[in-house]
Amino acid sequence: MAQITASVYTSHIPAVGAALDLGKSGEPYWQQVFDGYVQSRQWMQEHTPDVIFLVYNDHANAFSLEMIPTFAVGTAAEFAIADEGWGPRPVPKVIGHPELASHIAQSVIQDDFDLTVVNKMDVDHGLTVPLSLLFGQPDAWPCRVIPFPVNVVQYPIPSGRRCFQLGQAIRRAIVSYDEPLNVQIWGTGGMSHQLQGPRAGLINREWDKQFLDRLIADPADLAQMPHIEYVREAGSEGIELVMWLVARGAMDDIAGGPLPDVTHRFYHVPASNTAVGHLVLENQ
Amino acid sequence: MALDKPYRDIPGTTIFDMEQSRIGYWLNQFCMSLMKAENRERFKSDERAYLDEWPMSEEQKQAVLARDLNRCIALGGNIYFLAKVGATDGKSFQQMAGSMTGMTEQEYRDMMVAGGRSIEGNRYIGEDGDAQADRQPQGKAGRES
Repeated sequence: MAQITASVYTSHIPAVGAALDLGKSGEPYWQQVFDGYVQSRQWMQEHTPDVIFLVYNDHANAFSLEMIPTFAVGTAAEFAIADEGWGPRPVPKVIGHPELASHIAQSVIQDDFDLTVVNKMDVDHGLTVPLSLLFGQPDAWPCRVIPFPVNVVQYPIPSGRRCFQLGQAIRRAIVSYDEPLNVQIWGTGGMSHQLQGPRAGLINREWDKQFLDRLIADPADLAQMPHIEYVREAGSEGIELVMWLVARGAMDDIAGGPLPDVTHRFYHVPASNTAVGHLVLENQ
Repeated sequence: MALDKPYRDIPGTTIFDMEQSRIGYWLNQFCMSLMKAENRERFKSDERAYLDEWPMSEEQKQAVLARDLNRCIALGGNIYFLAKVGATDGKSFQQMAGSMTGMTEQEYRDMMVAGGRSIEGNRYIGEDGDAQADRQPQGKAGRES
């Protein structure tokens, strides 16, 4: 049987990808960001999964306003890197896991979550920056990746409660897969940031730290937080943090198991416009 | 029956909801077209002619030509779509975000390095924070106006 061994949470700031791609990661400004990933990269080398179920949002790259799926699962064999307007990031293409992805779609839709199934999709910085942060700059990504885009761009977006419940359904799907795969689930985006209007540049350290505390210790309560609190306290783009609740909902403790170990925790301001948050939680 | 839109009392913030998305459909779709290198070239060689190929309002076209991102957003634009225009101009997200505050690029960057904009006074319209309407533009531009 497949099992979820860990969940990883990280911001997916495009400027972080650009810093890596342009060889700026040694500059003091960026060093402070990348230092927060040294320990988790080392951990990842020893705990590379077979498959990552990667929850992220598309930023008007794969999905224009022609179609806006709330929850979508990438079932393709591979995914090309999007040209977001600056040219595609120079990173390896993403190799999917169509068998597991199809199994998850079948299970989760029967579990009342109406996913959009996507067989052709380019992936943007929301997906590739987390991979770069945890794996560096390899010639090929060391594992398969199932992209799971969530709409957090056009309101209304799914609630934290719905995301948390979805994570539980994804867990049920993965643990019912026959092949003994080691699967990690990643939740990405955030933390506090606002990219628009006169309030651009908003950061709320206290709120972010409380979010991390509550995500670790009491995610069911955190999942009740309404959208308006994310937007007001963490900025219009801080709402991306609902995606972390999908990953958290898939952990063992939510299904009655023991609490996860906190393997790594990091927080830093700023990277470009954004507060960087990063957690690694391991199932016991 | 009126829909619940509690996010309308946040200063300096426009939420890209169904209504904004409807108003901004063609503006955002124009932006998407700039994901193709050949379209970026065509746009750069004659912006007005390229914009005229799209059923956008004159106001939307003027806002794009002026690179007035606050105006673009008021007219239904979304920052992730508008970023394609910024990318065509060789601008980063930080330069684009900063341009909406009135601050210079250096002022905005310094604010971020110092920990970002404070939430205090910026939660509700009518408080006294730096994102409130009566405190625009920010930075040196604001002190001189």
